Amino acid sequence: MILRLVAGRLAMLAVTVAVASIAIYGALYLAPGNPATLLAGGHATHAEIRLITRQLKLTEPFFTRYWDWLFGLLHGNLGESFLYREPVASLLAPRVLNTVFLVTYASVVIVVGGLALGLASALFKRLGMGITILTGVGLATPSFVAAIILITLFAVDWKLFPVFGGGAGFVDRLDHLTLPAVALALSWLAYTSQLTRTAVEDEVKKEHVETARGRGIARRHIVTRHLLRNAMIPISTVSGITVAGLIAGDVVVEQAFGVNGLGSFLVSSALDKDFASVQAVALILVATFVVVNALVDIWSLFLDPRLRAKGA
Amino acid sequence: MAILHLEHLAIDLQTAGRLRRVVHDVTFRLAEGEAVGLVGESGAGKSLTSRAVIRLLPDGARVHGAILMEGRSITDMSRESLRSYRLSEVAMIFQDPRAHVNPVRRVGDFLTEALVERGEDRKKALEIVTGLLATVGIEDAERRMRQYPHELSGGLLQRVMIAAALSISPKLLLADEPTTALDVTTQSDVMVHLDAQRRGRGLAMVFVTHDLELAIAVCDRIAVLYAGHLVEDSPAAHLHEKALHPYTRGLLASRPSPTLRRERLAAIPGRPLSGLEVQEGCVFCSRCAHAQERCQKERPVLRELGDARVACHRAEELLEGGRSGGADGAEFEVRVGDRG
Repeated sequence: MILRLVAGRLAMLAVTVAVASIAIYGALYLAPGNPATLLAGGHATHAEIRLITRQLKLTEPFFTRYWDWLFGLLHGNLGESFLYREPVASLLAPRVLNTVFLVTYASVVIVVGGLALGLASALFKRLGMGITILTGVGLATPSFVAAIILITLFAVDWKLFPVFGGGAGFVDRLDHLTLPAVALALSWLAYTSQLTRTAVEDEVKKEHVETARGRGIARRHIVTRHLLRNAMIPISTVSGITVAGLIAGDVVVEQAFGVNGLGSFLVSSALDKDFASVQAVALILVATFVVVNALVDIWSLFLDPRLRAKGA
Repeated sequence: MAILHLEHLAIDLQTAGRLRRVVHDVTFRLAEGEAVGLVGESGAGKSLTSRAVIRLLPDGARVHGAILMEGRSITDMSRESLRSYRLSEVAMIFQDPRAHVNPVRRVGDFLTEALVERGEDRKKALEIVTGLLATVGIEDAERRMRQYPHELSGGLLQRVMIAAALSISPKLLLADEPTTALDVTTQSDVMVHLDAQRRGRGLAMVFVTHDLELAIAVCDRIAVLYAGHLVEDSPAAHLHEKALHPYTRGLLASRPSPTLRRERLAAIPGRPLSGLEVQEGCVFCSRCAHAQERCQKERPVLRELGDARVACHRAEELLEGGRSGGADGAEFEVRVGDRG
């Protein structure tokens, strides 16, 4: 029963990615400007440009080109960068790790920090007031503003963290990516905290919690088995979307901190009209987003037995 | 010695920022193994009274008077002794099992939770509750325990709740309208099991209901509450012939008879007052056909009358009159469809 639901969800995932691939490819197809002109340089003749255009197969109809691209993708070939004359895959390889590290780091900060703050503000009324004010400010701070403040304070003034770059090796990366991760996480953390607070407060009022209290169950067990356990359902649904949203926020933060990752590569490739790279990165970001969402959906099947029944 | 003793219990609730008295004066004793039915209309305070016994009142509620469990004051218990009291001496069966059982945990987890909390080995706890499910008429216990609450019918889930209450071998059961949320056909089924288990184990019970006939059938005594006051406390067996308070007689008369077909159902005139609306004099006098000047000025105190207690100035007179007149509440105005 649960397997069928999971299979259905995975099929939906495949369809979404397929549709997204058409949209991504189509958007760049329609984008103004000819990459051949750019590649040939300022002094190129018409004949040279025409040659490059033909080499890049830019004259072929849309679906032929899309099909070639898709065929390549399915065979693990992300295409070749016009600019660097190198397979996109080998350009991405060193950058992927930075981005994965950064996004994972930020996700952990969001989930751990958001849950802890939200739970604390739901259970301790006085503390809750302060936390609500702080998270309100956090929620209103965009990541590029947070980045500037963090760099100024922690990197420049107090010299606690490096200003620039992604680092190499685990510890060095951790050091380099702490500020970027915090900048990326801040508003989502605030959001998750407020969401957790609301979800736990809703759950506190539920009758089954009253039953548990009436049976003499210890407060810490009520919190873990009844409050958090049940509140996890809305929390994980929404925070799954927030984590997926980090992938978009990542572009800004990598630029701000000079982290050489997928986000900053996407920006520079777009500026250079390096279509193959843009397409590849965009598709990876979309696919990750969709996969994270699907994982959250599947995870909530495990959290909530009532959902399993509905699908049967 | 009484297992439970309520002495001038009064409860204030926080409403719109201020404390208002909802339960005014409830006094009764419950002997070991005895069942008392707390009967009354909505707002009479019966549910709050039962919840006060397990200290499960809304936030900000204030309790006055005494609630003693085997001589120990429940209102003064420390957090730790309250926990151990709830874990081993008293268990509550709630009205709506669907809402009162955590929907995302397995039935087996719900059943064993209190035992495990008490330090019982998990396997032993499972054994105990498996046996209990059989005694409340659930046959395929092992399968049921792996299921989730939404996979069980309301009647089945309420029997699970009863088994969970029995699991800690309490001395006192609190049942807050345990069959009200169920459909009629399963009500009697659930009630039969609850009654059999209670009698078989010799448990004391506070049974909250607005179904007077049901209370008479399963309880030893009936305590009638009106507007936060205990107005009568009589043995269940004699209540039909010898109800002392006009309100009790009104309740008895307004129940449709299964054998006698009437044009209209009897009803007590007026609407039921809640504990919030109490004024001077007898709390029931605004709806009482026998009210006199004295009733409007002076609140009757609860006093003993034979083997019962009643709070009515005219109880003796009316009892005499009732005997000679014979009828079952013919003194009440008769209306249709206004049963509070």
